[in-house]
Amino acid sequence: MNREALFNTAVLALLVAVPTWALWADEPFTITLATRAVIFALAAVGLNIALGLGGLVSLGHAVYFGIGGYAMGILAHHAQSYTPLMEWPFLFEGTKSMPVIWLAAVLASALAALLIGLLSLRTAGVYFIMITLAFGQMAYFFTISWPAYGGEDGLSIYVRNGFPGLNTLVPIQFYGICLALLCVVLWLNWRLAKSPFGLALGAARQVPQRVETVGLDPMRLKLVALVISGAITGLAGALFADLNRFVSPTMFSWQMSGEIMIFIILGGVGRLFGPVAGAALYVLLEHLLGGINEHWQIFLGAALLFVVLFGRGGLVGLVAGREQAHD
Amino acid sequence: MTEPVLAARGLTKSFGALRACDEVSVDLRPGEIHAIIGPNGAGKSTLIAQICGALAPDSGTVHFLGRDVTRETTRTRARMGLGRTFQISALAMQDTVLQNVLLGALGRAGRPWQFLRPVLRDSTLRDRAEAALARTGLTEMAATRTADLSHGQRRQLEVAVALTLEPRAFVMDEPMAGLGAEGSKRLTGFLDELRAEAPILLVEHDMDAVFALADRISVLVYGRVIATGTVEEIRGDREVQIAYLGETP
Ligand SMILES: Nc1ncnc2c1ncn2[C@@H]1O[C@H](COP(=O)(O)OP(=O)(O)OP(=O)(O)O)[C@@H](O)[C@H]1O
Ligand SMILES: [Mg+2]
Repeated sequence: MNREALFNTAVLALLVAVPTWALWADEPFTITLATRAVIFALAAVGLNIALGLGGLVSLGHAVYFGIGGYAMGILAHHAQSYTPLMEWPFLFEGTKSMPVIWLAAVLASALAALLIGLLSLRTAGVYFIMITLAFGQMAYFFTISWPAYGGEDGLSIYVRNGFPGLNTLVPIQFYGICLALLCVVLWLNWRLAKSPFGLALGAARQVPQRVETVGLDPMRLKLVALVISGAITGLAGALFADLNRFVSPTMFSWQMSGEIMIFIILGGVGRLFGPVAGAALYVLLEHLLGGINEHWQIFLGAALLFVVLFGRGGLVGLVAGREQAHD
Repeated sequence: MTEPVLAARGLTKSFGALRACDEVSVDLRPGEIHAIIGPNGAGKSTLIAQICGALAPDSGTVHFLGRDVTRETTRTRARMGLGRTFQISALAMQDTVLQNVLLGALGRAGRPWQFLRPVLRDSTLRDRAEAALARTGLTEMAATRTADLSHGQRRQLEVAVALTLEPRAFVMDEPMAGLGAEGSKRLTGFLDELRAEAPILLVEHDMDAVFALADRISVLVYGRVIATGTVEEIRGDREVQIAYLGETP
């Protein structure tokens, strides 16, 4: 096993061990922190497919995170108030079932990514970054001025949504759901990177003119990558809203987009476990430093500067060295 | 006379006041190597870019396999069987050598929409890719990161990727550049055999290679074709000698 595989295994082991310890030591807050880290990791794994594989610097991934959050909020809101979402042309009711909510979150954010991609992929570089940022801000202000679903105050859900056979109100059970989803998505990401699509997408990131010369469309490859990426971040958004039993426009904020990107830079761009390590480190720092000093983000900024200047490959790069050429 | 596989007619392209290509017409017949020579900045790469679809000409047409492809994208021309190599290597530097040829095989097969099956397990693609490496002498380097290749090996890989496309016509922009005497000689031998598979439009500065390989030569100077003919005709052409071969009248 190479060093990166060892590192990844260690990260997974910690994600199992820490909450298990917390359960035994009766520290539910630690489990909540771990859940937060896992959900952030999932959101960042989504972005890493666009950013790491496709080279798409999307600074608007909060859009998908927020859409996932509101998919949960809106469906659960209608279910708990016994009002249908719509009656015409067919009856569409709310739901408290997690799998249905996830499906809605994934579909809605994938659709958003498709539309945003069609409009933004014609641009490159700093223009692409600005356009994705602009879409994030549009979504933010749209939800603020949408009173039907709480406007600025957001939506609260009284009881966490349900999953067949589990009691999601027990922190460790909800954590288990989130960790399982993260593992499934990491597995998908791993396979994707080795697949024909992953190969073509990686080439489209590095030399688009080569991809065209072999008869493939780099733009379409990137569009599909953005859709997959948005769908995953949307799923994370639904879980995040469920963790807090609350969703508000801040899920759409540019700070949220920035945080998702910071997880990846901290952990290592394009590395399978980069987003996971980065999100875990971020939540840990937030907890430890946030307790000491309310301006803890200054320290985060310093850590980030250090990584960008010296670490290059982030935490994974620090531990496992430069990325191996794939076999 | 046989129908040309590839024909450029009156291609004109200006960059501001500079006329990089001026009414350029060249064609490529089955089984031949047609060399394009000319001094630096003559417009050779600009011509190639228009033929392959990377640059839109201001006027003129490109016909490939009897079809007018002037308005078609690079992608469409590639799928029809136009195999291009770049003057400045355009390779995925972070990927391995094998992955670069696999990309070509993937393009040839036209199915990048597989998301979960490892590309290495597709034996059709892999066989095609490995065959191209074997033919260009890169088999040993398959697992090497492309960025770690020598300049000459990158030139070979350029040709290998074009081979995976099994093109109907090759368009090569200075494949010998920087290869060294030994490398040029090997590639010359290889291209000599390759023309039986598909004709080659060959831009090249290496005169030994050009005189050894070319069935016909076109001389491009300041964006204009000043002569087209066989090796003997071009060697004996006064105008060419003055303009290009560096001989005083
Ligand atoms: N995109 C561009 N914009 C402006 N000028 C260009 C562009 N591309 C090429 N040129 C100019 O057009 C002329 C022809 O360039 P081109 O690259 O086609 O020459 P070449 O014959 O391939 O030269 P070389 O032997 O050095 O490769 C040159 O003067 C070059 O500076
Ligand atoms: Mg050139």
